[in-house]
Amino acid sequence: MTATTVGYREYGRPRWQRILLTREMAIVGLLLLTLLVAGLAIPYFADRLTVYNLLRDMFATLIIALPMALVMITGDIDISVGSMVGLSCSVLGLLFSMGVPFELSMVLVLLMGAAGGLLNGALVAKIGLPALAVTIGTMALFRGIAVGLLGTSTVTGFPQGWTDLTKYEIGYTGIPFIIVVFLVLFAVFVYLLNFTPFGRGIYALGLNSEAAVFSGVNRDRTRIILFVLAGTMSALGGIYWTLLRGTARGDIGDGLELQVIAAVVLGGVSVFGGIGALYGVVAGVLLIGALSSALRLVGVTAEVIKIITGVLLIGSVVAASMITSFQNRRKKVTAAPSQTSVAEPAPSGE
Amino acid sequence: MVIGSGTPMLELRGVSKRFGAVVALRDGELTLHPGSIHAVVGENGAGKSTLVKIMAGLYARDTGEFKLEGQPVEFRSTAESKAAGIAVIYQEPTLFPDLSVTENIFMGRQPVARFGMIDRAAMRAEVIELMTRLGVTIDPDRPTQGLSIADQQIIEIAKAISLDAKVLIMDEPTAALSGVEVDRLFAVARSLRDEGRALMFISHRFDEVFSLCDTITVMRDGSYVSTVATDQTSVPEIVRMMVGRDVNELFPKLEAPIGDVVLQVRGLTFPGRFADISFDVRAGEIVALAGLVGAGRSEVARAVFGVDPYTAGEVTLKGAPLPAGSPAAAMQAGIGFVPEDRRQQGLVLESGVATNITDAIRGDLVRGGVITRKAENAAAQEWALALEVKAAALDVKAGTLSGGNQQKVVLAKWLATRPALLIIDEPTRGIDVGTKSEVHRRMSELAVEGLAILMISSELPEVLGMADRVLVMREGRITAELSRAEATPETVMFAATHAAEEVSA
Amino acid sequence: MTATQTTAAPTSAASAGSRLMQLLRRRETSILVAIVAMVVVTTAVRPTFVFSGDGWRSLLLNPAIYIVLAVGVAFVIISRSVDLSVGSTMGLTAFAIGSLYIAWPQMPTVVAFVAGTLFGGLLGLVNGGLVAVAKVPGMVITLGTMYIFRGINILWAGTTRINASQMGPDFLAFGNSQVVGIPALTILAVIVAIIAGWYLHNTRSGRELYAIGSAPEAAELYGLAVSRRALMSFVVSGAMAGLAGVMFAARYGTIASNAGTGYELQAIGAAVIGGVAITGGVGTVAGAAFGAFLLATINSALPVLGIDSLWQRAVVGALILAAIILDRVLAVRQKRRLIAERMEP
Repeated sequence: MTATTVGYREYGRPRWQRILLTREMAIVGLLLLTLLVAGLAIPYFADRLTVYNLLRDMFATLIIALPMALVMITGDIDISVGSMVGLSCSVLGLLFSMGVPFELSMVLVLLMGAAGGLLNGALVAKIGLPALAVTIGTMALFRGIAVGLLGTSTVTGFPQGWTDLTKYEIGYTGIPFIIVVFLVLFAVFVYLLNFTPFGRGIYALGLNSEAAVFSGVNRDRTRIILFVLAGTMSALGGIYWTLLRGTARGDIGDGLELQVIAAVVLGGVSVFGGIGALYGVVAGVLLIGALSSALRLVGVTAEVIKIITGVLLIGSVVAASMITSFQNRRKKVTAAPSQTSVAEPAPSGE
Repeated sequence: MVIGSGTPMLELRGVSKRFGAVVALRDGELTLHPGSIHAVVGENGAGKSTLVKIMAGLYARDTGEFKLEGQPVEFRSTAESKAAGIAVIYQEPTLFPDLSVTENIFMGRQPVARFGMIDRAAMRAEVIELMTRLGVTIDPDRPTQGLSIADQQIIEIAKAISLDAKVLIMDEPTAALSGVEVDRLFAVARSLRDEGRALMFISHRFDEVFSLCDTITVMRDGSYVSTVATDQTSVPEIVRMMVGRDVNELFPKLEAPIGDVVLQVRGLTFPGRFADISFDVRAGEIVALAGLVGAGRSEVARAVFGVDPYTAGEVTLKGAPLPAGSPAAAMQAGIGFVPEDRRQQGLVLESGVATNITDAIRGDLVRGGVITRKAENAAAQEWALALEVKAAALDVKAGTLSGGNQQKVVLAKWLATRPALLIIDEPTRGIDVGTKSEVHRRMSELAVEGLAILMISSELPEVLGMADRVLVMREGRITAELSRAEATPETVMFAATHAAEEVSA
Repeated sequence: MTATQTTAAPTSAASAGSRLMQLLRRRETSILVAIVAMVVVTTAVRPTFVFSGDGWRSLLLNPAIYIVLAVGVAFVIISRSVDLSVGSTMGLTAFAIGSLYIAWPQMPTVVAFVAGTLFGGLLGLVNGGLVAVAKVPGMVITLGTMYIFRGINILWAGTTRINASQMGPDFLAFGNSQVVGIPALTILAVIVAIIAGWYLHNTRSGRELYAIGSAPEAAELYGLAVSRRALMSFVVSGAMAGLAGVMFAARYGTIASNAGTGYELQAIGAAVIGGVAITGGVGTVAGAAFGAFLLATINSALPVLGIDSLWQRAVVGALILAAIILDRVLAVRQKRRLIAERMEP
């Protein structure tokens, strides 16, 4: 066994730079800072109950942000997730009230979520429609069906065994049991994105879909799978909200897509695709959650939190754009030919 | 005779341009006279495109003088050069597909009546007059979507005239044109010349150059070679000036044992792109697909690899039929594909070298269901070393490498898949001379090792130097199959510019 | 000149016939037909839908706000962007005008309308500025401002709502008045649509919006002022949303903090259904207006036809999907046909 005597340096920068000088680390840092400041300045913030509520409130956003990050890294977007949450809630309540066994109802709702995702994916990949347009349509369609099915009524009386599941705590840490579910899902998605060829293909599609196809990545299949995952996780989120609240209504999840997208973008995923990491996304969700909790404790209403989420979304996108253009300006000195020209026809020579 | 008469419209002298380590233009020189159609010829990499881009205002030149009608000029944008009267017609025009022909021509400067209201009638009348002047028939009200490239070019020319362009540069305009369309374009060009404008015509097609142009400037390896009047020269002389060096200067081709048939293509057809393509490639063989730009060679290659579909015919690899339309299936069967557009199709510029090199072999690197950066780097090390890629580290972004090194990365990516057949489209385009011979050497060695190679190239010396057999294509069909002995610049060029029946006669 | 010199355009006799065919094939015509069909069917079920004072008035009045919103949003969509914040802008403007009336009960109606439009335009300027300066997709920016403006609205309103009694009586009277049987607000909407349509069809900057939406890279290459036009389109969209807010206040008088919720969907849906392609470069104000009329009519017709109005959103969603799928299928088919035509010798 010989060490490579003549070989390439694996990395251009030392390890600490590679890990610390990233957008994701900046958000993690911001999160820790927020937790610290809030913990010190706001009474009851560092309390077990606060953590408990925070994580329970953020669960749906957490699990939906995972596939949403993948969808956005590919360069697509899905703004129908909030509506799918509502639809899942609605259908779950409906099935249950019709007497369908609860466990079966949950499975059916998950399948429905997958089907909704499949609709999105098929329209985007096979028919070639822009993801934004499709998901605007399905956002309306899913929400419309959700509201239409249940109307103004609600369903209650779900089996205690299941609703209690959302309440259990791990020992006295204040961490709800369902976080275990999230951690499992997180592990799965991290594996998918970072340790499989499929995941590499996701980054490739986001950076240069043409080259990705030329390297054998199946563009259609990848995009469809990701939309299906987004739909399924949204359905799971809807099931969760139903169990958490104990009631099923058609208007649950309104505005969730904002929260998810804001968290994903905050967490370092580029709106143009190709860049991002899951731990940053999780930090983004927790940051929004921590800010919401802190503000709520201080007496600020939910609307302000929505405003702040919107500001965070815009702020992170604008900041990312400014950073990129600043970096590009520095690089222009050594820019190779085709990068600077706009309408580059098939080159006839240099 | 036009050379030397009166004040030149445009003059370039001693112009150079480099991008980091890459010298795109070493010494550019050009003098365009009004009332002249001036051809600029040269191989790929000769510097013609860079010259055009400098004239168009896309690039700023590093050195040299640039004079327009005797006055020195400095363009910092395409808008400035347009305002000064320079118009460029590219191979693939960029128009607004949803807008009408008339709107395309006048976008941004529509004639305006009172209240700032666009005078549609006046605009339309002017377009009709332009069309009449050019002698063409295009409905001014139809959207430009779906117009042939030829018509789109005419629209670009109409735009240029309405802007009163003094200099019209046409960059390989006939590549995608049929015979009739070429005639129409030439008629237009001649009438523009007679109006006193200066035209520049870049082309690989000598018959067109000799029929249309009165002056020819030859460039080679980024430098000016010479300018001659068309009626005082001949094709062989031009070719000699273009190629300059002897074919033997290329790395001498190694004798490779020719084995069994690896790739078999029969009757491949896609209407509008290629028809009835049949050929074989054997192990150890280098088969070149030669022909002019637009002949359909890359289209055939992409169809074989599965990126593009085909409507008829079949492809067999190592005896097994290859399903159409699936690059993954092609890769699985053992085909590697180095595409023509390295930057857009061959590499992910934003990704690191290691990521790019392992882009095609991910499936093989999986251990226990998991692929790790470590495994990728190990594989990348091996192949980057094998091809002597010059990079500071494995995670350096591929976009920062020189053209030659980028090509090596693409090659490494595909060689890592250990293919049975390697398709290379323009192996040495945009690469410096030193790396060129490295690539050629590597290709020869691979052939010796038993790889079957299908090479597409527009560079005659490369075709003649590397290929065991040359298949010449023209307008979507194979017009000739020449053995190494039979292939000469003349026979290849003849087959590239004439129909199959004429060639075999 | 060696080529034959036939005139480029067909002779007028032949063109009249073919122009009629072209007119009939347009999306706008289909929408008109759909509107008529919808009204006919619904009237058959319940004649008072049209044949009654109230019915006729509602039929014409309901679309007014939607028309104004759709027209504004069309500007943005045509240039290949999207404005998701129009509903929130509308609601915030409505509440602002209401609050203004409380502070200044004698405010003239005209001032209210102008102030509202300007206010909306200002909000649009925020959107447009961010998009133009930061070069960020409009979708993301307006997703954020949608919630920001709504949040501000709710904060401002608190638990209160503005009642009709607090609004200027002349203002409300105008909002519910009619001129020769046609509601004043509808006339206003139509006038606005005509002006907007004129602008998009006949001015340089209007045409440049189409160019930018059709081929953004080509637009840059041509040297068009892309950023400035993008800014303009968002200001127009915001101003229209502001105007819609004033109209809302004038018509209903009661303004809660959730006014305008969901209206962005109606506006974008109306435009898309009316032929304004989401990919840009295509579509007319007329189409957006007709689309708005169709959607509003469907809203009113659903209960009559026995479908709970709760299903309205689902209908809009389905229509949007149908419209964009249809657009795409037609576009692909058209492209193939044009290429095939060219290939014929």
